[in-house]
Amino acid sequence: MGKIKNLPDSKGHFNEYGGRFVPETLMPALIELEQAYKKYKKDKEFLAELNSLQKDYIGRPTSLYFARRLTEHLKGAKVYLKREDLCHTGAHKINNAIAQALLAKKMGKTRIIAETGAGQHGVAAATGAALVGLECEIYMGTEDMRRQALNVFRMRLLGAKVTEVTTGSRTLKDAINEALRDWTTNVRNTHYVMGTVFGPHPYPLMVRDFQSIIGKEARQQILKAEGKLPDCLIACVGGGSNSIGLFYAFLTDNMRMIGIEAGGLGIQTGKHAARFAGGSLGVFQGCKSYLLQDDDGNVLTTHSVSAGLDYASIGPEHCYLRDIKKIEYTYATDEEALEAFEVLSNTEGIIPALESAHAIAEALKVAPSMPTDSIIIVNLSGRGDKDVQEVARIKGIEL
Amino acid sequence: MSTISGVFKKLKKEGKKALIPYIMAGDPSLNNTENFILELEEAGADMIELGVPFTDPLADGPTIQRAHERALRQGVTLRKILAFVEGIRQKTKIPLILMTYYNPVFKYGIEAFIKEAVRVGVDGVIVPDLIPDEAKDFIRIAREHGFDTIFLLAPTSTEERIRKVSTASKGFIYYVSITGITGAKLLMDDSMKNTLESIKEIAKRPVAVGFGISNPEEASLAASLADGIIVGSAIVRLIAEGKNIKGFVKAIKEAI
Repeated sequence: MGKIKNLPDSKGHFNEYGGRFVPETLMPALIELEQAYKKYKKDKEFLAELNSLQKDYIGRPTSLYFARRLTEHLKGAKVYLKREDLCHTGAHKINNAIAQALLAKKMGKTRIIAETGAGQHGVAAATGAALVGLECEIYMGTEDMRRQALNVFRMRLLGAKVTEVTTGSRTLKDAINEALRDWTTNVRNTHYVMGTVFGPHPYPLMVRDFQSIIGKEARQQILKAEGKLPDCLIACVGGGSNSIGLFYAFLTDNMRMIGIEAGGLGIQTGKHAARFAGGSLGVFQGCKSYLLQDDDGNVLTTHSVSAGLDYASIGPEHCYLRDIKKIEYTYATDEEALEAFEVLSNTEGIIPALESAHAIAEALKVAPSMPTDSIIIVNLSGRGDKDVQEVARIKGIEL
Repeated sequence: MSTISGVFKKLKKEGKKALIPYIMAGDPSLNNTENFILELEEAGADMIELGVPFTDPLADGPTIQRAHERALRQGVTLRKILAFVEGIRQKTKIPLILMTYYNPVFKYGIEAFIKEAVRVGVDGVIVPDLIPDEAKDFIRIAREHGFDTIFLLAPTSTEERIRKVSTASKGFIYYVSITGITGAKLLMDDSMKNTLESIKEIAKRPVAVGFGISNPEEASLAASLADGIIVGSAIVRLIAEGKNIKGFVKAIKEAI
């Protein structure tokens, strides 16, 4: 295992990954954001305000819950769940969205924009905008708007304008293109709240920092509960913010860490979003990373039952952590995720988001062969209410 | 001196401004593109920008986005465009500049791309999502092969950015007239004049203005502030509507 370097470097590189691949128009805004972030991450007043919102508004710390019945069911390692599903708005996305909204306000911006796939980040950004008093516009593909009509209504209730994206595949990546176009046009008064550890520097760094509270809490909580560190951490990886959020505080410890990508209908079908299993190095939407692309460098359409994992590229820091063999990456298929969705619902009375169900699926695979005194922490990144309708549809049940 | 620099030098001597039309290669087909290039030359274009289609053109507005989609549906790729240029070099010597997003070039291989582009007769490249900070190897290899790298500046560019982009650019500098995407509405105010003046003072190389120039009046005004103008969406729209482009381009040429 390689030594962990303090990355990114000053240009946003994680070794060969990351960087800034954007239109020149955005460069001053990225530099302004980088400087503002550097300043405010050490600003006592900003941190006090953020801490207080994390506690009283988001509901942190979220609990680290011992899943007793799931553990009994698996007859192996003890399984703990980091309950990000209990955050206000129902997923870890709010950790980053609130912090960025607060930062935007401090920077004197009057408007924020964001992209959303499943709608969780859109809801979180709209919530942040309402909380600090900023105008908000959310870009969402028409295909996703159809699948997530409830979240569209939630965002509108929160005062956000939801703009439909009708170009390309009409999903998350197209929403990001459109948000970047908006930002390029309105860069002077607008902050772009990117929802994951992706895009141009400083986003991968900043979003990681805002999400790393997950692992900081989990580390203290497991030491308190068990008197020792876990043997294995598991989290799903779309862009990669909940996983880096959990893993980051444990990077200098010695344990297995597994990131789970969306295996969709299986790698051989081509209908998946497993960038490490089926992708290659590319440059997409602001950074250099693994990318699902064809031989001519065009970006492939992806598939996953979970909209939040359905993305053609992955956060650049994940590529670095994979290279140095600090984190293993594998995938769960739609079918495995759907099974895990039901197992957790039945054994623990917790309906997980389909994204998080991919992480649960891996726990179902690895826990049984581990000793009973070993410990797994799974990041339960979001709750599954938003997915209930889609799961019913897949099962052919009319609601 | 590169072909592109030569054209700017000659025009300057004659007191003229460069007209650089943009079309998407393969929209609606590469056969059409060949005819368009020849028509544009006859209409008075000084050089031509050829778009390379990409699935995620984040610097482009709706008009050119649709052109990317049409060309992709035809199966047009960077590889095919390079072969196409080799063919059309039998018929015209007009400087050709590729406008491509970075990933197709990155996937092709930077050195392989530049060597092949030079071999087939491409004169330079514009990569809207590549900034000089990330283009060290790209610039070095391009210099080794005498291939022009044209970088962009914007109304938001600071003096530091202007210096960086100027050093990295060969042939000319592409000034994006607005904070926005291609085909947006042009704002003719003093800020553009002021920014262009400071760019020209620092850069000491030709500057062409693009994004948002859609008629002869705007072309005339923009040309008066720079060394050349780029007209894209307005031409691409005519192509999409199946209309003739020659008359429009002639009118622009006469206005500048």
